[in-house]
Amino acid sequence: MSSSRIDVSIEHRDAPEPQGTKHPNTCPQCDSHYRDDELERTLWVCPHCGHHFPMKARARIASLVDEGSFVEEAADLRSEDPLGFFDLRPYTDRLAEAELKTGLGEAMVIGHATVDTTACEVSVMDFSFMGGSMGSVVGEKFSRACDSAAERGVPLVSVSASGGARMQEGILALMQLPKTVAAVEDLKDAGGALISVIAHPTTGGVLASFASLGDVVLAEPNALMSFAGPRVVQQTTREKLPDDFGRSESNYRFGHIDKVVPRSELRANVARLLRLLSKNGD
Amino acid sequence: MATDHELRLRERLARLRSVNLLGGARLSAEVEKLQRQLERLAEETTDEDIWRAVELARHQDRPYTLDYVERLLDDWFELRGDRGRADDHAIVAGLGRFEGRTVALVGQQKGRDIKDRIDRNFGSAHPEGYRKAMRVMELANRHDFPLITLVDTPGAYPGVAAEQHGQGGAIARSHALMARLEIPTVACIIGEGGSGGASALALTDRVLMQENAIYSVISPEGCAAILWRDAGEAKKAAAAFKPDALHCLELGVVDGIVPEPEGGAHTDPDEAARLLGDAIRESLEELEPVPADELKRRRRARFRSLGVFA
Repeated sequence: MSSSRIDVSIEHRDAPEPQGTKHPNTCPQCDSHYRDDELERTLWVCPHCGHHFPMKARARIASLVDEGSFVEEAADLRSEDPLGFFDLRPYTDRLAEAELKTGLGEAMVIGHATVDTTACEVSVMDFSFMGGSMGSVVGEKFSRACDSAAERGVPLVSVSASGGARMQEGILALMQLPKTVAAVEDLKDAGGALISVIAHPTTGGVLASFASLGDVVLAEPNALMSFAGPRVVQQTTREKLPDDFGRSESNYRFGHIDKVVPRSELRANVARLLRLLSKNGD
Repeated sequence: MATDHELRLRERLARLRSVNLLGGARLSAEVEKLQRQLERLAEETTDEDIWRAVELARHQDRPYTLDYVERLLDDWFELRGDRGRADDHAIVAGLGRFEGRTVALVGQQKGRDIKDRIDRNFGSAHPEGYRKAMRVMELANRHDFPLITLVDTPGAYPGVAAEQHGQGGAIARSHALMARLEIPTVACIIGEGGSGGASALALTDRVLMQENAIYSVISPEGCAAILWRDAGEAKKAAAAFKPDALHCLELGVVDGIVPEPEGGAHTDPDEAARLLGDAIRESLEELEPVPADELKRRRRARFRSLGVFA
């Protein structure tokens, strides 16, 4: 094996578009710059060119569910350091820093809520917490969301944004793929439904597990959703990649997703699907 | 932390001693070997041990899936193609007789010489490979044949066509199908168990791992390139994420370690196959009396219990 055949498909840090030194509130597509409150009003979509900025988990939930209806679950789960992992810094430092930076305990928030008065369970990922990487806690939270949805007899709405499995948890991170898939299968056996919404970027282990298993799969415009990121593919194949490589529009063309939905229309689309998927009489 | 770690270790050791999970444990020579393994588990695996496993797992003479098929199955009939668009040579699948019963076997296949390696795409499957695997699993499920999978891949192939044909979805659906099977299923990691492309064939009732195989979330080079920003630090990365069999056993990721001949499986492929066959037989004999829906329930529960958190 030559070293050019590096397999970094599961875990790569493909940040939401190369931002270089740009301010996070500067649009990477058209260079327009906004204040926080301006972006908040437009759901973090550039009013000028339509670029979808990454959205924090709490803001995503607020944009999706009925006001005041969200009840968070499993908020106290925290990662441990099963391998005593140390690269340039200890894993525990990275976790603490991520929690301070994001105000979140992990890269996923779950709970139950209503959308346009229809009850559902939601699980929302946050890319700003260690690249939305999936370790034991993300796997456990997602599994509990499946169980909670099954118990209540309501659909699960999952919003993913993740670079893949979390390297710092080694093989246990990989085991979150079969774990979350088994949870989805339990949910489906119980008569439940999964609506999977793919936000930029959803790659590696998350795309290769629950995010692809939605009964309905929606994606935001221009969201990167590929098993291997563009850099890895380019390094391996040395081909020129298509401009829309791995993007939601290309996945739509190839039949991997049901619809590309702009953020302003996401709530309405999810509400319609929830009504269609909910048991009659609910 | 340290005491926690020790406690988990002791727990697993106790479980191992009471349950005959390991292949060929009935034979006294192998009981000794097992004992040695357990002693090594009680010690700390050194970084050197881990790197040695990485090298042996990738050894160019290491037996591959078809080397074991040839030695373990009678009347092997290979099934080809995903019934959609292609036959992916990185994954082989088929039916054969294992000790008197018909089984389905699926596994990644690497090539021996340059031409063969390219033909097998170095054991890196496209979505077509996983779809072929799935249709053979479904066939086994319909006919109540046990399923054996042999895992040996650096990872699923990261290419443009692979993405266009739905690599992520194919891997997800292979996992999902395995979670639904109502037949006894046994996986063994026989070389490299590289990330999602490996676990896609390993959501089984029993997960075994050869002594010198590795099972990991990412290749050591890939991890080093990302976290150390230098693929040359692969050794350091492997030491940090511990892909070796003993650590996988300790973390509950695998149920048993299949011993290899002294010096590695490549030194004596016949003996390696015999030891692997013993382990698979033992696992199947444990699983075959269990009712189908109970198998499925336990399998899901097993994987749903994996993870460490507070």
